[in-house]
Amino acid sequence: MTVTERQQLGYIAAQAADARVNLEIETEGMTLNIGPQHPATHGTLRIVAKLDGEQVVAAEPVMGYMHRGYEKLAEVRTYPQVTTLINRIDWLGSFANEVPFILAAERLMEVEAPPRAQWIRTVLFELSRIANITLFLGDMAVQVGAITPVFFAFRDREHVLNQIEAATGGRFHPNFDRIGGLKDDLPAGWVAETRQAMRKIRAFCDEIEELVEGNEIFQARTRGIGVIPPDVGLSYGLTGANIRASGVNWDVRRDSPCGLVHDQVDWKVWTHPDGDSFARFWVRLQETREATKIVDQLLDGIPSGPIMAKVPVIIKVPAGEAYVETENPLGVMGYYVVSKGDLNPFRVKIRSASFSNVSITPWLLRGVYVPDIITILGSLYFILGDIDR
Amino acid sequence: MIALLAELSYWQVTSIRVGAGLVAVLLVAGTLVYAHLFKMVSFMQSRLGPMEAGPYGSLQLMAEIGKFLQKEDIVPRRADRFVFKAAPFVVLTSTFLLLVVLPGGPDAWFISNDLGIYLAMAVGSVSVIGILMAGWGSASKYSLLGGLRATGQLIAYELPLLLAVVGVVIQAETMNLQEIVLAQANGEIFGWGLIGNPFILTQFAGFIIFMIAMQAELTQTPFDMPVAESELVTGYMTEYSGLRFLLFFIGEFATAGVFSAIAAVLFLGGWYVPGLDPADNLFNVIGPLVLFGKVVVLTFLVFWVRFTFPRFREDQLQRLAWKFLVPLALANIVVTGVLKVLV
Repeated sequence: MTVTERQQLGYIAAQAADARVNLEIETEGMTLNIGPQHPATHGTLRIVAKLDGEQVVAAEPVMGYMHRGYEKLAEVRTYPQVTTLINRIDWLGSFANEVPFILAAERLMEVEAPPRAQWIRTVLFELSRIANITLFLGDMAVQVGAITPVFFAFRDREHVLNQIEAATGGRFHPNFDRIGGLKDDLPAGWVAETRQAMRKIRAFCDEIEELVEGNEIFQARTRGIGVIPPDVGLSYGLTGANIRASGVNWDVRRDSPCGLVHDQVDWKVWTHPDGDSFARFWVRLQETREATKIVDQLLDGIPSGPIMAKVPVIIKVPAGEAYVETENPLGVMGYYVVSKGDLNPFRVKIRSASFSNVSITPWLLRGVYVPDIITILGSLYFILGDIDR
Repeated sequence: MIALLAELSYWQVTSIRVGAGLVAVLLVAGTLVYAHLFKMVSFMQSRLGPMEAGPYGSLQLMAEIGKFLQKEDIVPRRADRFVFKAAPFVVLTSTFLLLVVLPGGPDAWFISNDLGIYLAMAVGSVSVIGILMAGWGSASKYSLLGGLRATGQLIAYELPLLLAVVGVVIQAETMNLQEIVLAQANGEIFGWGLIGNPFILTQFAGFIIFMIAMQAELTQTPFDMPVAESELVTGYMTEYSGLRFLLFFIGEFATAGVFSAIAAVLFLGGWYVPGLDPADNLFNVIGPLVLFGKVVVLTFLVFWVRFTFPRFREDQLQRLAWKFLVPLALANIVVTGVLKVLV
């Protein structure tokens, strides 16, 4: 982990802003409630910002407006029923939510999905990542004021959603993963169509690169804004692209793979040394491209065979505990499943990425200006359902 | 035309002028909203835009107006009622006043004023007061931030706008907008007078500065920090609903049209088409249409930029105004002045 000069400067600037705020002129502050209903929070996150003019003195995220109690609800549902619930955690990349839970249950039951199921699982896992981050790439531009890219994002995300729908029957909430395999096999012609969709996504990435990333105003708005040094990011538990944008080369898909076949294909973990909003955007853009490459390679090598292992019709999970985490679109998502040998899990603890990612905001927003709040929140990229489970 | 007007009594002339003013503002605003906001942007964003109301969605605007008129006119409880209610009218007044000095033909215009462009620049900044009134009167923090940002921005960009005009005034040797058009129609570029002298060719730097400053005066992206819908929830317009929001909306698009018309008069030759005699009575009829065509082209540029770029931050746009546009405009004036004396 190397700390660049710009990171150091950003860190010093943040510390200095912390000390400087409201000392130069004692003015009466103003408290601005950003949210719960606000166009920039895509949901009901509330940020209480104490302002001095347009500068933020202190900012506090208030979560829980969308809390749905999934951990508690999971205790009174059988294992197959739980996937329906957890689909709704990160609603833009739903399939990816099911995978770690199913993997944890499989580990407890000591079954393993057949290779074909594992490969298709990984393909769908990456497709939901693309569907999720594609929208981010358009949305980030909206946060800094350009409204056209998000329409391109919606247009091209549709290709991916169509493929997810063709395979699973659901555009947003596939509910397709089963303990021991998958619900169905792939429909005829799906592989070729998915390749087509991946080409369109790569074209979309090129478009975004020209339209947004290369734009001087976009760079002026995002470079050096919201710098997260790697040590601070790690101490707040940031994961996913947010920490990779700070130069930490860590990806669960590569470093602790379990149950998914990312190790079978050739791909790269992208990092950026700067740790600012631009870096977070850039890393996600590269990750989308990388995901299309992963999907392309996986499609080449889907093995034949069954898609379900031998599992009993009524699933009773033996007593035990298991924790499985995967690299979801928003960051590391993990399920800690405790079983007492019943039809239902005894306790499920969900570690969702956005909750940790948002927890850095009080540190990060101190001393920035009001327009930058939106840029920083946009670049941290959270889904409200992923914050309040 | 003059003879015809001379026979009419004062109230008849006044009603014609008021009617023409309403048509010029509302028709232009309506066309721009339909052609640019509904259709052009939809094509840019790979969608169709309104298609249901009327053929090709052409009556969508009527539907929108009907919708706005039905809505309740809400005044926040802690708002300064009079200021809050008056603000949209102040903004719209500035738009109508801008129109007064605009020539649409050799005789087709409202007032012949030798300080025409000066007056236009002066009344153009009245809208700042309206926006500040809206921001202050709403008793909302978002509105207040938006209103203050708008004031700072509009004052900052007033200067490059004015300085860009000075180059044209030096070259045309008049502030009267009608005479500026005639100077372009009868002028020549270093002895070559085939297409007259549209000042966009000789005052290109001025034109670029004027268009950038105009974009900022209209608070269109990339200078839309005051309305920033993703952070300030449309700033000073946050608390408005119904008719008053519609007035702001009309004001925004009509002002875009009228400012573009001023740019067309200053830089594109106004109502004049090269190859015809500027004194021809024909121009009283086709002049407004020619001007309108040029306005549509210029507003196309404005909205093209608006829907492509992200927005500047407040400090960045101030820096652009003071450190780049103002020095460039001053240099432009110096170069124009020197060439005027030498050539």
